[in-house]
Amino acid sequence: MATTEHAAAAAGSNGRLRPEVVIHGLEPEPKGWLAWLTTTDHKRIGIMYFVATFIFFILGGVEALIMRLQLAQPSGTLVSPETYNGLVSMHGTTMIFLFIVPVMAAFGNYFVPLMIGARDMAFPRLNALSFWLLVCGGIAFYASLFFEPPQAGWTSYTPLSDDAYLPGSGIDAWIFLIHLTGLSSLVGAINFVATIHNMRAPGMSWGRMPLFVWSILVYSYLLIAALPTIAAAVTMLLTDRHFGTAFFDPTGGGDPMLWQHLFWFFGHPEVYIMILPAFGIISEILPVFSRKPIFGYKAIAAATVAIAFLGLLVWAHHMFTTPTSTVVLIFFMLSSFAIAVPTGIKIFNWIATLWKGSIVFKTPLYFAAALPALFVIGGISGVMLAVFPVDWQLHDTYFVVAHLHYVLFGGSVFGIFAGLYYWFPKMTGRMMSEGLGKLSFWVMFVGFNLTFLVQHSAGLSGMPRRIYDYDADLGVTDYNLISTIGSFMLGIGVLITVINVLRSYRNGKVAGNDPWQGNTLEWFVQSPPPVNNFDVVPRVRSVEPMKDIRREVAKAGEPVGSVAQPVASGT
Amino acid sequence: MIPRALPALRPSNPRRTILVALVAGILLALLAAPVGIADTFTPESGGSPNADQIDSLYKIILYVAIVIFLIVEGTLLWALIKYRARRDGPEAAQIHGNTPLELGWTVGAAVILVVLSVVTFLYLGDIRNPPASGPEGLASGLQVASIDQPDPPKGESKPLEIKVNGQQFVWRYEYPNGAFNYYELVAPVDTTVVMKVTASDVIHSWWIPKMFGKVDAVPGYTNETWFKAPRTGTYIGQCAELCGSGHADMRARVRVVEPEQYTAFIERQKRDIEAAGEALAEQRAQREQIEQSDTGVIRAKRS
Repeated sequence: MATTEHAAAAAGSNGRLRPEVVIHGLEPEPKGWLAWLTTTDHKRIGIMYFVATFIFFILGGVEALIMRLQLAQPSGTLVSPETYNGLVSMHGTTMIFLFIVPVMAAFGNYFVPLMIGARDMAFPRLNALSFWLLVCGGIAFYASLFFEPPQAGWTSYTPLSDDAYLPGSGIDAWIFLIHLTGLSSLVGAINFVATIHNMRAPGMSWGRMPLFVWSILVYSYLLIAALPTIAAAVTMLLTDRHFGTAFFDPTGGGDPMLWQHLFWFFGHPEVYIMILPAFGIISEILPVFSRKPIFGYKAIAAATVAIAFLGLLVWAHHMFTTPTSTVVLIFFMLSSFAIAVPTGIKIFNWIATLWKGSIVFKTPLYFAAALPALFVIGGISGVMLAVFPVDWQLHDTYFVVAHLHYVLFGGSVFGIFAGLYYWFPKMTGRMMSEGLGKLSFWVMFVGFNLTFLVQHSAGLSGMPRRIYDYDADLGVTDYNLISTIGSFMLGIGVLITVINVLRSYRNGKVAGNDPWQGNTLEWFVQSPPPVNNFDVVPRVRSVEPMKDIRREVAKAGEPVGSVAQPVASGT
Repeated sequence: MIPRALPALRPSNPRRTILVALVAGILLALLAAPVGIADTFTPESGGSPNADQIDSLYKIILYVAIVIFLIVEGTLLWALIKYRARRDGPEAAQIHGNTPLELGWTVGAAVILVVLSVVTFLYLGDIRNPPASGPEGLASGLQVASIDQPDPPKGESKPLEIKVNGQQFVWRYEYPNGAFNYYELVAPVDTTVVMKVTASDVIHSWWIPKMFGKVDAVPGYTNETWFKAPRTGTYIGQCAELCGSGHADMRARVRVVEPEQYTAFIERQKRDIEAAGEALAEQRAQREQIEQSDTGVIRAKRS
């Protein structure tokens, strides 16, 4: 590959920006693994993000299955209480910091430049740094398996996480994970913001930007707003543990509640960081497969921004049972209620998008349509939890476990799988197997509901979360057995998709440039896209530029297959 | 020929029949839900008015939730089934949006939430504020009944205050007379018991599902909740905030007894503790005596 520079700033004498490509000279292209190690290409970084995050997804899933095995029957003896607390902590931390948040960056990395008609991210090297920081964070964290994993949950509440109670280095590994993945996300977020603000195709005004790009933009701003708080908090925890400070230590004049405020000031926006891009993904998929424009584009984009803003104001609804005055509880109940309005708007707009469509039932649509169906359950239970007197009963029980999995698995992960099935042909040039895809969907869908629906009832019967054992006379034995069976179904469903990916990567049907009749610019380029993405960046005239291009081609009387740009030489 | 005789009953599309059956089944199950709702779908209650009030509040919200759930899932399923692509089917309608509809569901959602807020505020007082003890309960002894009054004025006696302290991995209860015990809290029936909840190491959460919602025991803070048990019996609960390796085994129990039994229990407990304290002091004194008298001997041996 030649070293190329996008001298986008070459302003002509008339002051208009004129993109130019300047070649300084030819360097031999690194081959094999070195090419991947040194790459700054957003698509290769995106692929590496996908591979890394899915490995962590599998690891986190295995941790969950061990926990479910332990809980299948009362008085389980599979793991010790310490190991169980370790599994709780690693599962939560892995899924949040090493899977859902970075996999959204994977989608963003690969598809934001393609969707906005850019040739790469604004800062390709920062982009590589972002990925390698994530890998370092994952390694630093999983290295704790060789000494002692953290045992304070993904929330690491003080004083439990202080050195007096958990002197092992697991908590320190967790702290470094937060710092490294936090930096990774922060650098990535700045990169997304710079890219989206500055590198959109000619004609792509804010009102014509794909909704997925909107969601990544908001995701990035939320990360920038929330991450510094947690970075400060874990640094304070680190000095509490090792350098004799007492920020959170009540015996030294500190305050354990401070940790909870700082943690959740980050932690709740983090939930929207994880869910908004999934909303963005299905806002792309639903219109394509119902052959209809998205219903209420402006409403969905505005709702995304509103959710993000309100998401910064609801953190203490995680703290309804702490010693806090009633007026504060009321404020956070009302702010949490308020966030249900824009979320509801989104769901109604998605249904309206399907309404009077001509819905093509391909695998991406299955996963995309399942998202609102499952998320609405998590949304409704979220409103129930926001009513703080009710929360006093439900807080920290399996009801909350069920709620958060309906939001983060039923919402985020089904969205991620929808995106994977939708964009796999673009990334690899090959189609995934529809049969395996639909099988995977149904096994996952049934397994997911078996696992988590009954957990509502377990929580209502008084089963707290994060316990390695429960009494037979608590009346939750059946729920737990059903949940365990469901979790293994869910695992098999995920495994079928993994097999599908591995098989289709080599043997899938050749996809062509635009297998789904997509609406956005990534379908304009070849599959997989060439290194420079676009030889010619098309002018964008609507929110569905590919539809316009198809229409023009049809008008010119050319076959529909010739829509995408011609194959660039040398790729 | 049966097929010819019953052409209308023969399903034109087996897949559609399955889908319709599926939808009908789900709807029936959901309609039957309120019957079985008593236990599976609601929080525990029955041990104190605040848990009962939370249960009632929860049910109101649950009914609203079920309606919303049915509307959303129903329209979603309907759209997916009705508007699937068919050969010779109608083209997709190219609709970009509808502002009145958009405003409609925004306002609709907001109105529902306002209603839920109002309902919550209506229930809040009864859940949050401890009532007066009942006539069957322990007399506080603060109000003095005059000779012609058999009882102190009803509904004015001060609630009983019990301190609850969480520590890895057991609950400690301290009664007004200074007696204390662990694991099982003993309380009089029909008496308002206000609990001052603290912790001495990490954060715990004090919770007896049938009696009251959780209150976190945070070191450096005093949290508060209450119960007023309508009948005698035993209520179980456990710590609800991850507090270390013994978290799952940090159980709690409240045994509600007649006021006389309660008084007898705390008196006996106090006597036992004092007796144990005295015995301990005696042993200490004895040991000190022995140590003092032995010191010379030991020194002599060592040297």
